[in-house]
Amino acid sequence: MKLKITAAVFLLLLVSFIYSACGRRPSIIVASKRFTESYVLGEIAKRMLENQGLNVEHRQGMGGGGIVWTALQTGQITLYPEYTGTVREEILKLKGDAGPDRMRAELAKEGVGMTGELGFDNTYALVMRREQADRLGVRKISDLRGHPDLIVRPSPEFLQRQDGWEPLSRRYDLAMRDVRGVDHALGYTALANGKIDVMDAYSTDAQIAEFDLVVLEDDLKFFPQYKAVFLYRLDIPPEALKALNLLVGTISEEKMIRLNAEAERTKDYTKAAALYFEESPKTAGKSDESLAWNIARWTFRHLELVSISMLLAIAAGLPLGIRASRPGFAGQLILGAAGVIQTIPSIALLTMLIAVPFLGIGTATAIVALFLYSLLPIVRNTAAGLQDIPGSLRESAEVLGLEPRARLIKIYLPMASRAILAGIKTSTIINVGTATLAAFIGGGGLGEPIVSGLALNDTSTVLKGAIPSAVLALLVQFAFNGLDRLLIPKGLRLTESK
Amino acid sequence: MILFRDVSKKYDSLTALAPTDLEIESGKTTALIGSSGCGKSTVLRLIVGLIEPTTGTIEIDGHSVTPAAILDIRRRIGYVIQDGGLFPHLTAEENAGLMWRYLKRPRTEMRLRLEELCDLTRFPVGGLARYPAELSGGQRQRVSLMRALMLDPQVLLLDEPLGALDPLVRAGLQTDLKTIFQQLGKTVVLVTHDMAEAGYLADAIVLMREGRIIQKGTLGDLRDRPADAFVSEFISAQRSLVAI
Repeated sequence: MKLKITAAVFLLLLVSFIYSACGRRPSIIVASKRFTESYVLGEIAKRMLENQGLNVEHRQGMGGGGIVWTALQTGQITLYPEYTGTVREEILKLKGDAGPDRMRAELAKEGVGMTGELGFDNTYALVMRREQADRLGVRKISDLRGHPDLIVRPSPEFLQRQDGWEPLSRRYDLAMRDVRGVDHALGYTALANGKIDVMDAYSTDAQIAEFDLVVLEDDLKFFPQYKAVFLYRLDIPPEALKALNLLVGTISEEKMIRLNAEAERTKDYTKAAALYFEESPKTAGKSDESLAWNIARWTFRHLELVSISMLLAIAAGLPLGIRASRPGFAGQLILGAAGVIQTIPSIALLTMLIAVPFLGIGTATAIVALFLYSLLPIVRNTAAGLQDIPGSLRESAEVLGLEPRARLIKIYLPMASRAILAGIKTSTIINVGTATLAAFIGGGGLGEPIVSGLALNDTSTVLKGAIPSAVLALLVQFAFNGLDRLLIPKGLRLTESK
Repeated sequence: MILFRDVSKKYDSLTALAPTDLEIESGKTTALIGSSGCGKSTVLRLIVGLIEPTTGTIEIDGHSVTPAAILDIRRRIGYVIQDGGLFPHLTAEENAGLMWRYLKRPRTEMRLRLEELCDLTRFPVGGLARYPAELSGGQRQRVSLMRALMLDPQVLLLDEPLGALDPLVRAGLQTDLKTIFQQLGKTVVLVTHDMAEAGYLADAIVLMREGRIIQKGTLGDLRDRPADAFVSEFISAQRSLVAI
């Protein structure tokens, strides 16, 4: 038992060492937010910089705005596409209409620069089905006042923004009765199917044309301008900045809608990016990779995330559970803390962890988050399993003259092994599911197709991640049943069957 | 010899054992008897250091029972509890040989010692590979006794060892225990609430009530020269003894 633990810890150290040794860091890291246009712009920037001979990585589709900004601020990414309205209202929280110079001055304080405008204005807009809007005679946002029963489903981000739903409904004096957040990509399908009536959109979204939607006129001029720009770290290599500036003023609204439509149609950002460079959308190497290879790659990465975080969780959870099994305040504290961690929403936990300097965007943060989520079942089951040992057997172990450590290792832990293994099993299965969230912060794994599939509203891509991860969870369950037979002492299994 | 000098045990306001002096003779079997809650198990638990006395000192063959010395002391004491206290994840052999292996004594001699003890406790050698769940209640107690005797301790403590067994098995084990005690000549302390068992197995009987020793002597002493009315009452409550 002792040997096994030592071996596990050693293996863990080895794996993490190899991991950090192999992690070659590209000089430029482009990030994008989790919607089509951001992916496409990120991909275009990547291509442009690569054409200058730079080594570039594109971390696609990272969570909401907060995650990407934090990553840029802390130097974990080099640049990402953003909109002037967001910079003003959300990032800098400037009131009124601060101009680009003011914004650049404020951004510089954070070590961040802003390019010139790329050429299009992707402002927020409210959209409805054309058929319904015509029937109800709604053309302007103020017309919504007469229809408070329409089902409104803005994206969660829009619901929270300073230039989002709340201030908008105050300005327009709207009293909509049914307002809740829904993922942006999912919202379009729901709107097209008539499940919802009003949602927010970006004025360059390809779906506006595709689903025959109307943009409601912003008659009170509520929405600020959302000119596309790139935000970059001021310590960016000069040749990279030069390349980035080549993009300024080159993307009109029509062009952006076309690029977005291309991305939606082909479900492939690299092809959309290629279209920008007016190349024939020849199949780039990446999209040519076979499905089996991709799934294998995602699955391997997924297993990597799960196994490293589980090894850590077991290594920490067992001692914590042992401590928590003893009466007293410390035990309560441990169980309480593990419980509180479990209640933090995963996206919030990821955002919090990204701000920790040595974690940052990517694998390390994903592993730490998964580790934290895996603790509770292990700690609680270990504690409960140990507490369930009858007092008479504890005393028998004591009066034999075994030292406390030996009592724990030879008697108590084997007797609690069934409960402990059950805790590890629960943890692992939850972990396999939760690990899909790693993709939000560039951690990879089977969440990668799920996240990009959601952004593209492409169910088949989502299933490429969802099915393997479900199969993986089943396999884990199956493997643990075998492990039970191997690790739970025979004498205990006899007791159970009686 | 086990010596209690002015030993008491209190839990907050509850007195489990009033200040007590007690001498338990070496090589003899002493029975602690009384109704439940009289403090007889407390005496046993104090000897092996499962609880610490509130006042007073305990000595076993000249060594005082202190937290620092407790591991050594326990390894020189055999202890058997009511339900045997066998560990369910270990076989009979692993249970009995646990400390032998832990102390890294020679394996070859362990097998000999186990066979010797099987013989003594009349436990079939073939049952050594079985788990507690596969043994009967009487067999479990025999294994528990083997475990207690494995390191050849000077002192053997038994806390209601036959309490959970049915009358026939119990009678058989009583006979065997008497033989074993006589054969080994160890200092034995037996906690029981059955006066017949005490009279049959023990050389000396210590009758306790409410945390105090009421009388110490042979069964004859207690019966013929009771210290007070409670002693007579306790003895006459065990009807079958009147005929002895």
